[in-house]
Amino acid sequence: MRSVLTAFIVCLFALAAGAAELHPPAQVTAGNSITIATSGSGDATFYLIGQSVASKRHVQAGTEIAVDSEQLERAGIYTAILCASDGCASANFVVTPAAPNRLSFLVHPSRVPVDSPNRISAVAFVQDNFHNFVLKSEAVKFSVLPKDGKEISATRNSENGVAWVRLSSAKKEGPTRLGAEIGHANEIRVVQQVAADACNLRIKASRAKKDFLVETDPVKDCSGNSVPDGTVVSFTKVDEAGKATVDVPIKRGVAKVELPVDGRAKITVASGVVTGNELEVAGGQ
Amino acid sequence: MKRVLPLVLAAITVVLIVMAWFESGGVERHVLRSAATPEQATRLMLSQIQTHNFDAAYARLANRNDLDKNTFIHEFTGSYGSLLTISALEGFDVGVLHASDQEATVRARLHYATGVGPLDDTRDLTVQRTGDTWKVVWPVDTTAKLPPQVIPVNYLRWDVISRGSGDDWGAQNVDSPQVRIVSMNAIQRPDSVVVLGEVVNEDSVPAYVNVGATLLGPNDEELAQESSFDKIAHTLLPRQVSPYRIDFPNMRLEKIKNVRMEAKALLIAASADPVIAIDQQKLETDRLGRKVLSGKLTNQSGQIVSIPHVIAAYYDSNGKVIWVSDGYVAQALLPQMPVPFAVDLPPDVAKNVQTYRVIVNHFELTT
Repeated sequence: MRSVLTAFIVCLFALAAGAAELHPPAQVTAGNSITIATSGSGDATFYLIGQSVASKRHVQAGTEIAVDSEQLERAGIYTAILCASDGCASANFVVTPAAPNRLSFLVHPSRVPVDSPNRISAVAFVQDNFHNFVLKSEAVKFSVLPKDGKEISATRNSENGVAWVRLSSAKKEGPTRLGAEIGHANEIRVVQQVAADACNLRIKASRAKKDFLVETDPVKDCSGNSVPDGTVVSFTKVDEAGKATVDVPIKRGVAKVELPVDGRAKITVASGVVTGNELEVAGGQ
Repeated sequence: MKRVLPLVLAAITVVLIVMAWFESGGVERHVLRSAATPEQATRLMLSQIQTHNFDAAYARLANRNDLDKNTFIHEFTGSYGSLLTISALEGFDVGVLHASDQEATVRARLHYATGVGPLDDTRDLTVQRTGDTWKVVWPVDTTAKLPPQVIPVNYLRWDVISRGSGDDWGAQNVDSPQVRIVSMNAIQRPDSVVVLGEVVNEDSVPAYVNVGATLLGPNDEELAQESSFDKIAHTLLPRQVSPYRIDFPNMRLEKIKNVRMEAKALLIAASADPVIAIDQQKLETDRLGRKVLSGKLTNQSGQIVSIPHVIAAYYDSNGKVIWVSDGYVAQALLPQMPVPFAVDLPPDVAKNVQTYRVIVNHFELTT
């Protein structure tokens, strides 16, 4: 804050005095060093105020002042000020982003049900090596690299530093890699395509010692993908003893439970908001 | 003046001591020292338990030969990290159901203050006459104990590795789980507005879920905001459905124009174990004349469940959720050992209940 205030005051003096002169290049690419030609003579103080930099050093007026590339990494407007014994002079110059060479690549969601149209959003923020947004339109190559398939790619031009694409998930579960490429930057994200809701949920019952063993057929979604292990399947049995419910996670593709049956019983199954078939069994038979 | 102040202080001290004695049931213990009636015997025993004088309480039992002292103490202090281990017997009501010269049946309602709120336990006790005094026959748990064994457990467990704080912005992260409120119903109760329904985890990973509701007035102004607190199973495995209930005390439904619902979900590490079966579910009227949903919980896994929490959703003939009730079970669930539970529901709701669904939530005490 103090340096900004000082710079502001120095600028005011420079404008008021208008003695020495500075001649920086009008436009500089970020990360490049420059020399600034000056007029006048004698000892002088050189100030450079810009994006994330404020420096002061003693120079000789009338010579060329070298500015290191490290001081010119952030894009934006910079002010160079030279104060000599006869007054101060200032000049503005613009540092523009360098060539695009970095990407911030956001892919959402990280998990997506299979066969979901336009559900995946991939957004690339185009930057140069110094994290400056490259605002002019640049071509970003998006690619999909399926686990067992051929790479598919498409190019989108960035607008104000942002390029994006919407994608549909495949019909087959599993991870898929999404890439975005520009310059030397090649960012990869992984999206897990997971099975959708269970489809045709079916149960069967068999006798086990004194109880009934009720188990599902392999639980799959409508595209034939196995619903992941750990997904909860709810079994409900209604008999003379009352109602019994068990929430059982799927293990190795099926969910099973042992239920004691007293007389005639109805057994139903559900997973989330999906219901399955109903069984009628008799305990005494 | 110098003498008045010490005298006043001494008088206040004496009054406070007397008040403390009354408060701690001193009068009752003094009067009941003889246990001349079944009610007195029960009250004396329970007041001794209340003051943690378990030796004296045990000494007053008629069936000491059948009941181990530690088992008796654990009936009140809990075991295996159960809810009673973080509880205290706050009070009790005793009433004689019927009595003869030699034996009586006494109903004792024990009121516990627990870490999750008040908990009531109703016991029908047999009291027998022994000489001049009456002694309580404490019911002996005859359930067979599970023999020592190894129970293999190979259910899934989910662990989460999130993006580190040092990682670049834009680096890959894992999204929060997708959850959805599948039903919502706002009803007027005599003293409150209640918002209830069900929420489902639609994702393939576990979720920590909380449902909140905001009541909006005629001009869309916020009237009140509440969350489901413990009237929900917070940890939902993939495709698991939980009922939720949000209470708004002292609110009237006619003043509410709209309800804004919000389901928040966080990705958490979780285990698909333990699996708890809920058997013999029945809607019935209990000994105290209340409408309850009762049943038995059976822990089908090998891991002890310290504090089971039962949540029930009740549906009308149209399949609409009309009430959600919950209750904590005082006992821990040992593997394969059925433990009874009962959750009550309002009588005016009970007559409209067509069907119901029960889930069990569980908590572990961590040290």
